[in-house]
Amino acid sequence: MNETLVQINNISKIYPTGEGGFLALNKLSLDITDGEFMGIVGPSGSGKTTLLNIIGTLDEQTSGEVLVLGKHVNKLSSKESASLRANKIGFIFQTYNLLPVYTVYENVELPLLLLQMKKEERRKAVMQALEWVGLTDKMHSRPNQLSGGQGQRVSIARAMVKTPRLVIADEPTANLDTENSINILDTMLKINQDIGTTFIFSTHDPKVIQYLKRVVTLIDGEKVKDDYQTGI
Amino acid sequence: MLLFILKGLLRDRSRSFFPIIIVSAGVLVTVFLSAFMSGYMDSMVRQNARFDTGHLKIVTNAYAEKLSQKPFDLGFIDIGDDFEQWKTDFPGIRWTPRIYFGALLDVPDELGNTMTQGDVFGMAIDIKDETAVRDIHLKEALIRGRLPRKADEILLSEDVFAKLDLKLNSTVTLLGSSIYGSMSLHNFTVSGTVRFGVEAIDRGGIVADIYDIRAFLDMPNGASEYFGFLPTGVYDDVQVQTIKKQFNAKYNTADEFAPVMLALTDQNNLGYLLQYMSLTLGMVSFVFIIIISIVLWNAGLMNSIRRYGEFGLRLAMGERKHHLYNWLIVESLSIGIVGSIIGAGLGVIVISYFHVKGFNFGAFTKDTSMMIENVVYTDLNAKHILLGMIPGLLSTIFGAMLAGIGIFHRKTSELFKELET
Repeated sequence: MNETLVQINNISKIYPTGEGGFLALNKLSLDITDGEFMGIVGPSGSGKTTLLNIIGTLDEQTSGEVLVLGKHVNKLSSKESASLRANKIGFIFQTYNLLPVYTVYENVELPLLLLQMKKEERRKAVMQALEWVGLTDKMHSRPNQLSGGQGQRVSIARAMVKTPRLVIADEPTANLDTENSINILDTMLKINQDIGTTFIFSTHDPKVIQYLKRVVTLIDGEKVKDDYQTGI
Repeated sequence: MLLFILKGLLRDRSRSFFPIIIVSAGVLVTVFLSAFMSGYMDSMVRQNARFDTGHLKIVTNAYAEKLSQKPFDLGFIDIGDDFEQWKTDFPGIRWTPRIYFGALLDVPDELGNTMTQGDVFGMAIDIKDETAVRDIHLKEALIRGRLPRKADEILLSEDVFAKLDLKLNSTVTLLGSSIYGSMSLHNFTVSGTVRFGVEAIDRGGIVADIYDIRAFLDMPNGASEYFGFLPTGVYDDVQVQTIKKQFNAKYNTADEFAPVMLALTDQNNLGYLLQYMSLTLGMVSFVFIIIISIVLWNAGLMNSIRRYGEFGLRLAMGERKHHLYNWLIVESLSIGIVGSIIGAGLGVIVISYFHVKGFNFGAFTKDTSMMIENVVYTDLNAKHILLGMIPGLLSTIFGAMLAGIGIFHRKTSELFKELET
């Protein structure tokens, strides 16, 4: 049986506002096991991004308990949470967020520089990641020379280059057409199957949802459904 | 990582090229302004020292009391032995006697009748003494003719010469009063004309040999003032004040004709003026540094704010806030160093050019009585380069530090959100 990668126990998140606070997550509990290809779905404002930020140690819950890879995220120092993100968690964004002044190769290399990996090891890892996403021929290109689909594939390579245990993808297909969305999803699914990386998506895109093996539905910060499906 | 950061800097012109231009321009202007103002002050000191104050000056107590009137009748007479003693007491100082006097210059026609007249201000120096000639750059100031070589020869300012419609070798008569108050007349031959580039002297000055003027004013072996110059040729107030203290302690008494030593800063309000100008220079430089700092600071701030999204991304990838902040400082330091070096380099070129060519302010100093050179040269000194580099280096770092504080004040998730905007 796979180990539990993320354990969420009864968490709430309240954002302070002028009227006593906005409840973004309400007493939510959820376990995510290693190797899952799952998604958090729901309408805008349902708390998807907040939940991903907490799992990704970018934000903290107001109450409750979150364990990522066995560590209480709200008890981690900033150094420890940075180390957790650097080593174990990869991020994929809706708008790719590639650094425009660097080449594809350099964008993918950045997470490894933060890990102070040696040059030769970095080169091997970057080439491997670019091979996964089929972009070795674009390694010297700048982001503005890429199509939207290629840009998002670079973003996947950047998230995968350090072979993290967990990848958090926040609406990764929102800016892509159907063909590119399917390519991207196929790529991520293949990585999940080949090396067992856990993927957590936030989405309301039906194309993404049909790929997921588990769909957790949030409405107004509460978990209303947690379904397993066969996926594609 | 350093290479990675530098690559980013070089490729992103808005992060490197434009900030470097701003820093360079700020440093260049600060260097130039500082060098120009310092050059202006030096010019004022130099001119006053040459023509009016010396670095030091020995006069009688009575003369000192009415210094601005230059009352030669209260000067020294037959002071040869004392003068030799002063030279022995202060061997480093170069001493030179002078007499300043006012007179009427009369130009006679062929029959000896007055054709034209004019007031003149006279300066008598020891023309046989090469250093005394060099002190006032007399050879360089010569416009026509030659320096006086024989007795009773005189130099007129070019303006007086032209105004009185004279010719070289014309005979002119000086009318004045002797040291004892009696009327004094003396014929001179005009051997040449001069222009010093100091409007106050060029307007109505004459230069004569002190031996002739002693005879004209009935001052045997006398002088109204003894100028002293430091061996370096550069005024040093600390050194001068020490010498003055020693001299006055030894020679100055209550007698009205006892010698008293005055420093350059004791005369013509120069002490106050130099202090005032120095303070003004300091204040202008300070204000300028503040303005440049704010401009550069703002540029650094805008640049860093523009990059909050990138910071969010790097934090999401696991970079620590301190690490990110430190790199931001390193980047701004690199910009500051490169910009300051370029600005200082350009500053050196510009101030070197104006150190040689100078600024001609002749048109503006036409009616002034101040001892200012018509051409002001910038001061070529490393201190101006350093002064200019201060805003270049500090302001970019301050800008980055302030902008970087936002990294700590904002939660990682908030910076992260800026990725989407």
